[in-house]
Amino acid sequence: MLEVKSLVKSFGPTIALRGVNLSVPDGQFVTLVGPNGAGKTTMLRILATLSRPTSGTVTIGGHELPKGARDARRSIGLVSHQTLLYGDLSAEENLRFYGRMYDVADLDARITQVLEMVGLAHRRRDPVRTFSRGMQQRLAIARAVLHRPSLMLLDEPYTGLDQDAAARLETVMSSVGTEGRTVVMTTHDLERGLAVADRVVILAKGRVVFEANRDELDTAAFKEAYRQHTL
Amino acid sequence: MNYLKQVAAIIAKDIAAELRTREMLSSMGVFAILVIIVFNFALELTERQIIETATPGALWVTIIFAGMLGLNRSLSVELDKGCLDGLLLTPVDRSAIFFGKALGNALFMLIVEAIVLPLFVVFFNVPLVQPWVILIVVLGTLGFAGVGTLLSSMAVNTRAREVMLPILLFPVAMPELIAAVKATSGAMMGLPVSEWQQWLSLLIVFDVVLVAVSFMVFEYVVEE
Repeated sequence: MLEVKSLVKSFGPTIALRGVNLSVPDGQFVTLVGPNGAGKTTMLRILATLSRPTSGTVTIGGHELPKGARDARRSIGLVSHQTLLYGDLSAEENLRFYGRMYDVADLDARITQVLEMVGLAHRRRDPVRTFSRGMQQRLAIARAVLHRPSLMLLDEPYTGLDQDAAARLETVMSSVGTEGRTVVMTTHDLERGLAVADRVVILAKGRVVFEANRDELDTAAFKEAYRQHTL
Repeated sequence: MNYLKQVAAIIAKDIAAELRTREMLSSMGVFAILVIIVFNFALELTERQIIETATPGALWVTIIFAGMLGLNRSLSVELDKGCLDGLLLTPVDRSAIFFGKALGNALFMLIVEAIVLPLFVVFFNVPLVQPWVILIVVLGTLGFAGVGTLLSSMAVNTRAREVMLPILLFPVAMPELIAAVKATSGAMMGLPVSEWQQWLSLLIVFDVVLVAVSFMVFEYVVEE
């Protein structure tokens, strides 16, 4: 599904990613953890086709970036700490706009379906700016899955949420956002990241410094590795 | 066909947001009216010749500064909550995003101009509401909105984005604005078309060049 080889990204003299390799098969949930400045968001922005690599290759669903970016975008859904929603438009208007941009078939029914999935059908005509942060983030998930993407990119989706809202978001994501999909999620939250992942990867100073499958992972060893690489 | 639908979807989205808030049109409209009033009192235009010389300049100053307000507002809407990223994530040609935003910006400018032109007639007693002037205003607006959309997308990634936009935009748009002022002046004074046709031609050439260049480089401007 996703193949990253020798990925380098620099911003002038600052090198954000230094030869990252990552391979994610279909249906796997990968959690990417690391401290601030590790390059997690840069990595996800490249995977989302929002940023071009300085060197290296990224292939999504057989489409190599940046040449195949337009085709790859059809299979990508992004949830970040920003909602990518227009505050002045209603929930329904936001989804209708994105649905038209993705050319979603049977759009009215699909809008109703995703709004019901995230529990916002009763607020469909309300402007998004009147929603709480948690509700906005749930609507962002509805937006991200509207076009039935096969790859979900989650960039710190819990940022700014209180405990209740984060727990509710986790429920929504496990039932809606990630079911049967390939997922790459970045987070600072080790516990939450470990709880949902099939595989965990530690990114530090622009490099992959540790990776392991969840079922063969010693949690204590992982936390120790995280501490060592991020201090 | 899908391309046109996607362009239309972006314009419709901007119209829907504007109908809900009316922030862009109201700020542009109020600003334009204030500028007209200030010009009317400041210039104390009494002689016919001075009126005819000064009015096209005053008209285009009003249009471009009001347009600048609109461009800034349009930019801030896309910046809020990362909506520009949301647009760039969609599997559409980047040029469809450019044309959608540029045509939306041009539409809002044209709505304000539909108010501004009659007000100029009232305040300055000049024949601005006539087919040639309207054509020139539409052409100037399309070019200005096109290059303004490109440069506002560029300014998004700078720290002082509201300040950066006019600094980037005015030098680039200046030749087009000079052509627009000269052509407006000729048309308004009722001179034979042959006497100001070169300015109209220049305006059309700048429109084509600015929009074509914006269309070609937009993809590189919006991507990191």
